Amino acid sequence: MSTAIAHPGNPHDEHYPGGLMRWLTTTNHKDIGTMYLTFALMMFFVGGLMILAVRAELFQPGLQLMKPEFFNQLIGVHALVMIFAALMPAATGFANWMIPLMIGAPDMALPRLNNWGFWLLPPAAILLTMPFTLALFGIGDGAIATGWTFYAPLSVQGGMGVDFAILAVHILGISSIMGSINIIVTIFNMRAPGMTMMKLPLFAWGWLITAFLLIATLPVLAGAVTMLLTDRHFGTHFFNAAGGGDPILFQHLFWFFGHPEVYILLLPVWGLMPHVLSTFSRKPTYGYTAQVYSFIAIGVLSVVVWAHHIFTSGMPIPALVYFMFSTMSISIPLAVLFFCWIATMWRGAMTFETPMLFAIGFIVLFGIAGLTGLVLADVAADAQYHHSYFVVAHFHYALFAGGIMGVITGVYYWLPKWTGHMYSEKLGKLHFWLTVIAFNLTFIPQFFLGLAGMPRRIPDYALQFAEFNAISTIGAFILGFSQLIFAYNIWCCVRGGTKVEARVWEGAEGLEWELSSPPPHHSWEIPPVIR
Amino acid sequence: MAQVSLRPPNNSRLIRRLLLMVACGFAFAFALVPIYDVLCRATGLNGRTAGGFAAGGLSSSVAMPAQPRPAVDLNRLVRVEFTGTVMPGLPWDMRPLQTSVELHPGEMQQVSYLVRNLSDKTVTAQAVPSVSPGQAAQHFEKIECFCFQHQTLAPGEAREMPLAFIIKPEINANIAQITLSYAFFSIDDQRQTLTSQREEK
Repeated sequence: MSTAIAHPGNPHDEHYPGGLMRWLTTTNHKDIGTMYLTFALMMFFVGGLMILAVRAELFQPGLQLMKPEFFNQLIGVHALVMIFAALMPAATGFANWMIPLMIGAPDMALPRLNNWGFWLLPPAAILLTMPFTLALFGIGDGAIATGWTFYAPLSVQGGMGVDFAILAVHILGISSIMGSINIIVTIFNMRAPGMTMMKLPLFAWGWLITAFLLIATLPVLAGAVTMLLTDRHFGTHFFNAAGGGDPILFQHLFWFFGHPEVYILLLPVWGLMPHVLSTFSRKPTYGYTAQVYSFIAIGVLSVVVWAHHIFTSGMPIPALVYFMFSTMSISIPLAVLFFCWIATMWRGAMTFETPMLFAIGFIVLFGIAGLTGLVLADVAADAQYHHSYFVVAHFHYALFAGGIMGVITGVYYWLPKWTGHMYSEKLGKLHFWLTVIAFNLTFIPQFFLGLAGMPRRIPDYALQFAEFNAISTIGAFILGFSQLIFAYNIWCCVRGGTKVEARVWEGAEGLEWELSSPPPHHSWEIPPVIR
Repeated sequence: MAQVSLRPPNNSRLIRRLLLMVACGFAFAFALVPIYDVLCRATGLNGRTAGGFAAGGLSSSVAMPAQPRPAVDLNRLVRVEFTGTVMPGLPWDMRPLQTSVELHPGEMQQVSYLVRNLSDKTVTAQAVPSVSPGQAAQHFEKIECFCFQHQTLAPGEAREMPLAFIIKPEINANIAQITLSYAFFSIDDQRQTLTSQREEK
């Protein structure tokens, strides 16, 4: 391994226990980042398998493969796994790997907390999925079947899968909060000398806002599911109308967390985009300051718009109007970001390596998510689209095209830096085109289904929806299986391949590219000085 | 650890502040329960009626007779409709004796629901009211109500449950029709009912 940065007299060389103990006990930000990313990739396939089973059931009208109860369990756990066990850990993995490298810090500020934060994830994932296994042995009636939103009163009455999910969410929440505290302390206290906040890389800025949103809103979710737990087992009546409680209160509490969660998933990706676009356009990032303030504006707005998820719950008109306009106002800072991304590419010397392809795909598809979001934010229109497949298509454009494709962009962009090897550009491009085509094949028909009135979360449907559902299922299977190319490409790249230089991409700027590829186990022990 | 000198000394202060934020967030979730209740009462959200909600039977205006009765507005008529639902797990039947009445705002009106226990066991239950439209709820004042009180019926017993109310004259002139709905929930064996439903599956 390289010792380019190791200095004589420094006791801190690369000694760590071998084998499993290295990973169990590591406090090294790179090791922990790798574990986060590996865990996220595994859970991505677990969540993907669940939804492929759902799409297989929806291939034709009627019930062919599973009972409706099992269908309900699959959709709920699919969402929880994808959000809490795939996307969020992937973003935290990026932060662990890259933020110390980018800001010239030797490690994260709280390395032991970091280790603990990661090792809480596997038990939580097991808790979440264990009821499926228990049901096979006749214990309980399977996993949580309420959808990922836990809406009371259904979740108050549900089987023990709900309890498993509540505890899993508690543990995942604690893990995320520890990760967020770590990232905030790192960014505030460990920047290299001369790196002011307004010289901070945009990826770190995006993550900083995400971390604050997590700290502000995840405890509210924890509180809401705690109330649910006490309603279920300890005789309280927070959401139980029989005792004077209110089920609608749960929806408010849930979405007070749930809407910022969308930006928690997206802000790290928005922070990553300018790096990729500027690298492959060989131009400096356009509108750095505007992007920073847009991040902050979106972060602040995201906590005051939650009730647009529950427009049909019978709110008074003034409240509807307020939530409609505040929601729509988020499109202003978001439009600033889109403008900056496009302006960064404008007249650049662009090349189209895999990360750049995914970044451009992200901009186009995430733009569709934003525009359909504006339609849903309209109170009058939402009455028709609410709880239909239109919503499903919309948030998959936001969270698959916006979230997952953003994460894939980051993986291709930084994989050579992490491993020291170049991935296969041919397989990467194949992965991109299959993903984009299959993604649209899956979700464009769902817009049509929603407009035609097909409700979400149903295992069976009326005959007139058959064709679009069949197309969507075919798309979903191509989409799912083309992700195996991604896994294979990563596997090969980790195992070996063409060696890359420190500055992997010719147009890349930033401290992370000053270090060798792969970076030494301990980096920036002597902090770089920023001019 | 090496490089201690690099680490600024104020990490723990920042961590304490961030943990305080987490604690505040958790407390905020629980604080939202009363805040939401107050908001609903102030705005009539979710059909919560003003006053008398927690008190159950008599509302504060009757308890304090010093407060003058609102004047009757003879110029308009408001139609009030009555419905009732018995929630699953409660072997009761309920229906209003009159499905609707017309009255002037400010005028007191008395109606009754007939509630019958269909089972061969003594059952205790409790009714929760809701008024729609929500804007009308805050001007719908129940003088006497069987809601939020434990009602126990012997096997096969039927009882008329009375209800007296006033619609305040300040009610919005656009509102010509109000619906009052009751939901009866089983109280004494609610947990068991849910469990048994689950076991039946």
